[in-house]
Amino acid sequence: MTPSQHDPVPPRTHGSDAVPGTPADRSAVGPRGVSRRSFISTLGASGAAAALGGQAEARLAAPIEDGPVVLGPEPVEVALTINGRAVKTKLDPATTLLDALRLNLQMTGSKEVCDRGSCGGCSVLVDGRLVASCMMLALDAVGHDITTIEGLAQGDTLDPIQEAFVRYDAFQCGFCTPGMIMACKALLNETPKPTMEQIRKGLSGNICRCGAYTNVFSAVLEASDQAVPVDQPVPADHTDGGGA
Amino acid sequence: MNPFALLQADSVAEASAAAKDVRLSVLKAGGMDLLDLMKEGIAEPTQLVNLRTVRDPALRTIEAGRIGALATLADIARSDAVRASAPVIAKCAASAATPQVRNVATAGGNLLQRPRCWYFRNEQFNCLKKGGSTCYAVDGENRYHAVFGPGPCHIVHPSNLAVALLACDGVVSLAGGERATLPIAKLFHMPDRGIRDESNLEPGEVITSIAYSPAPVSGFFVVKERQSFDWPLTMAAVALKLDGRRIASARVCAGAVAPVPWSLPLVEKALQGVALDDEAALRAACAKSIDGAEPMRDNAYKLKLLPVAIRRAIADAAGAKEGQ
Ligand SMILES: Cc1cc2nc3c(=O)[nH]c(=O)nc-3n(C[C@H](O)[C@H](O)[C@H](O)COP(=O)(O)OP(=O)(O)OC[C@H]3O[C@@H](n4cnc5c(N)ncnc54)[C@H](O)[C@@H]3O)c2cc1C
Ligand code: SF4
Ligand code: FES
Ligand code: FES
Repeated sequence: MTPSQHDPVPPRTHGSDAVPGTPADRSAVGPRGVSRRSFISTLGASGAAAALGGQAEARLAAPIEDGPVVLGPEPVEVALTINGRAVKTKLDPATTLLDALRLNLQMTGSKEVCDRGSCGGCSVLVDGRLVASCMMLALDAVGHDITTIEGLAQGDTLDPIQEAFVRYDAFQCGFCTPGMIMACKALLNETPKPTMEQIRKGLSGNICRCGAYTNVFSAVLEASDQAVPVDQPVPADHTDGGGA
Repeated sequence: MNPFALLQADSVAEASAAAKDVRLSVLKAGGMDLLDLMKEGIAEPTQLVNLRTVRDPALRTIEAGRIGALATLADIARSDAVRASAPVIAKCAASAATPQVRNVATAGGNLLQRPRCWYFRNEQFNCLKKGGSTCYAVDGENRYHAVFGPGPCHIVHPSNLAVALLACDGVVSLAGGERATLPIAKLFHMPDRGIRDESNLEPGEVITSIAYSPAPVSGFFVVKERQSFDWPLTMAAVALKLDGRRIASARVCAGAVAPVPWSLPLVEKALQGVALDDEAALRAACAKSIDGAEPMRDNAYKLKLLPVAIRRAIADAAGAKEGQ
């Protein structure tokens, strides 16, 4: 790959003169015991509250006092709606949606790869839209419908796009695959019959270091009932035991 | 990330009041840039003030001539109103970042994201912008840095959207401070006017929306190193007023070449009266874009890209005209 502006060049130094950079005075560490209403009630105590969204929920549960609602820095209880189910957990505001899924809820289908929003490995749907869960605060996802890779299959029946991934060998090591499939899912939801150009654009946020892209494109074409061009990989079950 | 409290703002007024104390708080919209800075240890706010919880629909409304500050890049890219009234803005939003980013990144946050200079983004380099005594880009790896501006910091402005909005004479609406509006042309300053930050907003000032002048004949061109997604090497945004097949007047702006979104008045002047099929005159006008440039060791290639990007943005605008 050619060097890009996303690459971590120049190399990190380990000099003793390391000073944590602070843009302007914005980031100067302020007093911890900030003047705020401390917010101790249980969040998301009821499904109804969860349905109203994070803030509404917080308001329902908040003590009747003036001033803004401030959550944390201590952990707070929240309810997330994941794959149609309300799931309760306790997390601090600095927890990303990805960490909430993987660490709090042991849903390890979504992968942490770059942790900077630039590879797509952690992709999930929030209200049907593709997002990088590593760059979203879990608290921002409260009250929204989260769909993860774990939510696609219905029991033992794979989603058509998962089926097509299997048929077209659309992966090698498989590490990008959960995120790649979620990106395909989002693309197909928005564009049921995408052109090759739309497929490339829709998947541009997902990096596959094994380079399984052409097989992924074929899988998307098949899952959208479109002809797979002859120069694209053929389904795996038509080959002589080899991957593409 | 450092631990922080999250203030779930109910209104712009509440957010603004909370964000006035910059030592304590920082506004958060999509959080894309903020989380990035916090993960790198570049920003360590103890409280984030969440604009996402402000439910005022005006903050998210998009109409011809105005974009709510919390509208996402994806919303802007697919808005019929923006595509018709100012294709350059819609195309510019669509070309930035990835679907995952565009679905979350907001217009306001895009304008106010911090620069991508890799020394700035690396906790280990205490450069001028972070209060140190050296700009590491001067003698270091500067192929993505600025070709305009006297320094002492050589960032390129990171916002794609700002360039298109500048070409459409964008004006931000503000709340929480003394001013009600500020033109995009005055939203940012050069590093010699303050090196620690890039915008002229006061603490607690919140962008509520961005207005722009309709520019139905407008176009965009971006050069990237890789085509899937990347930051621009150079980009151009133009808005034309035509008199038949002649350019009556033009706004021409460039991105990724200077510490602020870059206006090119010399090119604008040279384009006046030029016919859209007068290739020699168009090229001569575009060539003026590099007047006054002072490239660094590794970025003189941008001087080759810039006139071409502008020429192609003009072609794109002319195409938008044909499409009407
Ligand atoms: C992989 C990747 C690729 C990218 N590529 C591009 C690209 O090609 N082009 C491009 O332009 N960008 C690109 N970006 C950057 C991205 O577009 C920005 O990070 C994003 O737009 C920031 O918006 P946000 O809403 O998330 O801002 P936040 O991170 O929430 O906020 C950013 C800053 O703006 C301030 N702020 C936010 N909203 C307001 C408001 N309404 N009023 C006052 N202050 C406010 C915040 O205090 C903060 O300082 C890329 C990012 C990633 C991760
Ligand atoms: S260009 Fe600016 S941000 Fe980058 S190293 Fe130099 S002073 Fe720092
Ligand atoms: S891990 Fe989230 S985008 Fe790479
Ligand atoms: S299959 Fe290995 S990274 Fe995509």
